[in-house]
Amino acid sequence: MDFNFTEEQLAFRDGVADILRDEVTPATIRRRWDSDTGLDAGLSHRLIDFGLPAMLVPEDMGGLGLSEVDFILLAQACGSVALPEPLVDEALVATPLLVEIANTTMTGGERARALLPEVANGTTRVAIGHWINPYINFADSADLLLLAHGDEVHLIAASDAQLVSQRSLDPSRRLSKITWQPSQASRLADGPVAATLWRCALNRGALGIAAQLLGLAEAMLQQTVQYSIDRQQFGRSIGANQAVKHLLADCAVKIEFAKPAVYRAAYTVSVAPARADFAVSHAKVAAGQAALLCAKNCMQVHGAMGYTWECDLQIWMKRSWALDKNWGDAGFHKNRIHEWLLRPGALLGADQTFGNAHLAVVAE
Amino acid sequence: MDLVYSTEQQAFRGEVRQWLEEHVPTTALESFDTAAGFEQHRQWEKTLAQGNWGMVTWPKAYGGLGCNLIEWLIFEEEYYRVNAPLRVNQNGIFLLGPTLMEYGTEAQKQRFITKMASGEEIWAQGWSEPGAGSDMAAIQSKAIRDGDEYVINGQKIWSTRAVFADWIFCIFRTDPDASRHAGLSFIFVPLNAPGVTVRPIRQLNGLPGFAEIFFDNVRVPVFNRLGEEGEGWKIAMSTAGFERGLMLRSPARFQEAAKRLVALYRKKRNDILDLSVEDAVVRCYMDAQAYALSTYQTASRLMSGGNIGAESSCNKIFWSELDMQIHATAMNLLGSKAELEPGCDDAAAELGAWLDGFLFSLSGPIYAGTNEIQRNIIAERMLGMPKK
Repeated sequence: MDFNFTEEQLAFRDGVADILRDEVTPATIRRRWDSDTGLDAGLSHRLIDFGLPAMLVPEDMGGLGLSEVDFILLAQACGSVALPEPLVDEALVATPLLVEIANTTMTGGERARALLPEVANGTTRVAIGHWINPYINFADSADLLLLAHGDEVHLIAASDAQLVSQRSLDPSRRLSKITWQPSQASRLADGPVAATLWRCALNRGALGIAAQLLGLAEAMLQQTVQYSIDRQQFGRSIGANQAVKHLLADCAVKIEFAKPAVYRAAYTVSVAPARADFAVSHAKVAAGQAALLCAKNCMQVHGAMGYTWECDLQIWMKRSWALDKNWGDAGFHKNRIHEWLLRPGALLGADQTFGNAHLAVVAE
Repeated sequence: MDLVYSTEQQAFRGEVRQWLEEHVPTTALESFDTAAGFEQHRQWEKTLAQGNWGMVTWPKAYGGLGCNLIEWLIFEEEYYRVNAPLRVNQNGIFLLGPTLMEYGTEAQKQRFITKMASGEEIWAQGWSEPGAGSDMAAIQSKAIRDGDEYVINGQKIWSTRAVFADWIFCIFRTDPDASRHAGLSFIFVPLNAPGVTVRPIRQLNGLPGFAEIFFDNVRVPVFNRLGEEGEGWKIAMSTAGFERGLMLRSPARFQEAAKRLVALYRKKRNDILDLSVEDAVVRCYMDAQAYALSTYQTASRLMSGGNIGAESSCNKIFWSELDMQIHATAMNLLGSKAELEPGCDDAAAELGAWLDGFLFSLSGPIYAGTNEIQRNIIAERMLGMPKK
């Protein structure tokens, strides 16, 4: 039993976070908003050079062979800078889905195996559509689309789909509504195996969102603490007032108790992604609550300035409001927890912290 | 990260479970805020001590088992799983004990820790004064050095379980010329010493759960001082870290309460008109789970050389609000029968426990430093917001 990250995991996170902090600033994000693609091509290349899209691809398929626990701190760092690029969905959801298909004996397995090296080296970009999300983010910049037809998994060229772009509250998101035709040729997986694949994908997607929400929450809190120090009223910093302190202390508490839930969910997904519903839903709900509270309280502390287009806080707030509803909103995830808690024979209580929810899975 | 118990840890759990199942009293003890209940709980502490289970993290030489923090959490989980009696010596074992380990001399540890572990001496805490509550540095009670002794005069208040306890650990002003945080010392006083008067204070439930203590020229040996003279504030802050942080309220207590809440909800779900209750039940269970995960994370960090800082204030806010939420939700589920006092004709056995727990939960945001003070600490020390 050890809840610590390793020195290597922390060092890797620090290295990536440094690059992100340097290159993903409010100014470069606002430039993306006014650009055609909404992406920063130079940054995408640096992330590829770092091996990020390949992290969860096994070494024998051209990747780094790392796990969700290795990736989770990076997803959090992506949230901290409000990274618009869909790195987390690509590396943590779409690519692992391809890896899982590549590991099957289904006909799609061969196609996935052939594809993975170019996905791992970033030359082919894959976006993923899941029934829980009505729109696909950055489908317009992807080469390939992983799509659901019932339980089946299909892979089509993005150029074969009809995309109608939809504007998001968060200008960093580029959503598309998709119309497409499934075919025998586009099918990668079907049957109960495919249903399980989608279930894993949902858990990975929600985990990635939870980690980003955690990073978004921390970043909003940090910049608002600084604002409360800089902003002077009545001859002193507004942050000296208890009413202001307590708003931000409440944010810190929410973040502090969402963190271990997110890290535990990453661990559970790495062990048994199909059985991680409980851990993932906990993480998603807790991180969502933290981010929403931070958005609310941080805007309040910024006063009228926080309600402007000019103030950079909007970048993080809008992303929080949008992502909180992605890969299952709070109602969806609370319902999963509810069902889990109330199902017959649920083992609950103090000795079950690491029991039922994943110990049993480990033993399987 | 490895979130699986080792074979040794599983074996330890089995050992704890077996011992507890064989020894935990089959009928519930009376409240330890009554004279009879206090003695029953003292007896239970002595039973625990026979198996060296009094405080498992202490070295064997002092009556413990030399367990690490993960094993301590396992012990706590098993302890609350069987609904074992509340710890009447919690101020001693969870707060003073760790502080003594850090600041005590060998002779002090031999003298005080062993009798704490054996259940022979039950401790109360004497920090607050009528004029020094949240503002603890305003302490006025004095302990003036006279040869090998201190002469103590003054008053302490809100000391939990001091009515029946044997000892009290206090903070007194040993340098009357120093102000605020300087000139304070950490001193132990036997509550039967000449010049000590203990006046019970009835709590919301009518029982004398805490006391006011008057010191009139009370003499104690210098041996009873923990750390150096004038180090009282520093030592108290380290005790407070344990209090708010890791030990005082281990997650198991809330996880088991939340488990009972889910069971209560299952029984009552068809009668519920207030739909928000369902969400509250789920939230309680998940928050108890979050508190457990956070504690395992903290324990792992401490075991690999890290420390516990201002985030202990986050813990205190979180568990106290969680405890209120659990019990307020239970009261909502019990509806019009929630008000029944235990022992009434129509009161089911579990009813009284929820009511007791509800009243007790209301004290959580007040004791061990009010939650408002904790929010100040978080804002200033964790987030770096300005004091003035």
